[in-house]
Amino acid sequence: MEFIRFNNVTKQYKNGVVAIYDLNLSIEKGDFCFIIGGSGSGKSTLIKMLYREEKPTRGEIIIGGLKVNKLRNSNVYKLRRKLGIVFQDYRLLPKSNVYENVAFALEAIGAKKKEIRPKVLKAIELVGLKSKLRDYPDNLSGGEQQRVAIARAIVNEPKLLICDEPTGNLDPNMSMEIVDLLEEINKKEGTTVVMVTHDKVIVDKKKKHVIALKEGHLYKDYKEGEYIDEVL
Amino acid sequence: MRFFRILGRSIRDAFKSVGRNFSLSLASISCIIVTLIIVALSIVITYNVDNFSSELKKDLTIVAFVSNEADKTDVEKLESDIKEISNVSKVTFKSKSEIKEEMMQEDEAFLNVMKQWDDEENPLQNTYLIKVDDIEKIGETATAINNLSAIDTVKYGEGMVDQLVTVFKVAQRVSLIAVIALVLMTMFLIVNTIKLTIFSRKREISIMRLVGASNFAIKIPFVVEGMILGFLGSLVPVGLLIYGYKALYSYFGGRLFTDIIKLVKPTPFIYYASIVVVVIGIVVGMIGSGRAVRKYLKV
Repeated sequence: MEFIRFNNVTKQYKNGVVAIYDLNLSIEKGDFCFIIGGSGSGKSTLIKMLYREEKPTRGEIIIGGLKVNKLRNSNVYKLRRKLGIVFQDYRLLPKSNVYENVAFALEAIGAKKKEIRPKVLKAIELVGLKSKLRDYPDNLSGGEQQRVAIARAIVNEPKLLICDEPTGNLDPNMSMEIVDLLEEINKKEGTTVVMVTHDKVIVDKKKKHVIALKEGHLYKDYKEGEYIDEVL
Repeated sequence: MRFFRILGRSIRDAFKSVGRNFSLSLASISCIIVTLIIVALSIVITYNVDNFSSELKKDLTIVAFVSNEADKTDVEKLESDIKEISNVSKVTFKSKSEIKEEMMQEDEAFLNVMKQWDDEENPLQNTYLIKVDDIEKIGETATAINNLSAIDTVKYGEGMVDQLVTVFKVAQRVSLIAVIALVLMTMFLIVNTIKLTIFSRKREISIMRLVGASNFAIKIPFVVEGMILGFLGSLVPVGLLIYGYKALYSYFGGRLFTDIIKLVKPTPFIYYASIVVVVIGIVVGMIGSGRAVRKYLKV
């Protein structure tokens, strides 16, 4: 079943730079999809349009039946509550511990207190940080910090997990661990995962659906297992 | 329910934030304190001026002295002539023999001299006591009465009343201008305090946005923070108002320099005034933070 649909999407920034040209693509529900491409290929713009940080200049984006491009600024939060987002730089609150960082996502949307605790504990357990509940981000390794960020992204049980180069700051071993974790979430929870990455080793090894962008155009859409390393 | 949960957390966060940016919060609170002290002072002045004016309205009387040459019909006609003058609300006649009796009762010296006077010898004059509707026009009314042929002179305590009204009006205006200037300055300071809070919580705000917090949930902690600053800033002025006014009232014995200027009784006046001061503090804090949120939060 189709979950994400881009129809003739073009994005031109105010300074005149066109980041995406007439893009058409589709991602299935429960899919694990890599988005790859060189610098300036439009990966970041594409992902920002997914969580409605940017709006397409033309065309439409549909996520789970919701026309994202039609969404008013004041209603963007309704979309974001259905998404989990993970960044390269983790974006954790330095003065809050692991538990508080994850709980913050639920507190911010006004979740009930008694709902927060079990959900947070479940998410932290899933990312394997149960023993570090009270640790602060400064005392965690990069991989562990990214796990906290992932726990925060999945704590509200999103339908879609968007990851913007989540392994960019990690060594190869940790990177693989993080992708394994995302894969586990994808399988266990049925969450659709869209991950932007530069890491060809990971893309090569995982044999997932791969969308390759080049200079703002769709270069190739490789179905699961079809991807072969190409110089983009 | 979600609304109340968000509000509850916002209040908690706002208190935390006041503590976190303590020095700047203190600057804002100090400015609010100064502003609200002036506001409280101006309320006290305004209310007392109003009270004084309305008391004056009740007490102030024009005394018109009737010429001793006027005969009985002239005197009777005078009453209707005075009543026809605009701004006149009440006219009472007091004969010279009544005045004589009153004066004799007031003072023994008067009694000794006056008891020998019979009606023919009594040099006092018949008078009309006239009340007016608008004391600001009392001068014009007095002149109009004075122009009546059977009237000798007219008295209403002109110099002092005019001066008092002018002094109080000036005090009222000066305090109003000071209040407006200080309110603007306070708002400016609050905008800056909240701006700093917004910057110090930038990461938190960006995460809130990403996880789907509504604009309301993002904005409300800052607005609440402004309200808390306003509320905290109003406590000192309220204390000053309540204890200061009570002390002032008892120090002066309820009147200012002269019996004409009676002070407003402290209760319930100071409590109503305190409510006004607290509300102004909170509203100024709210507007200041609302402006900062709109300007720097872009939600």
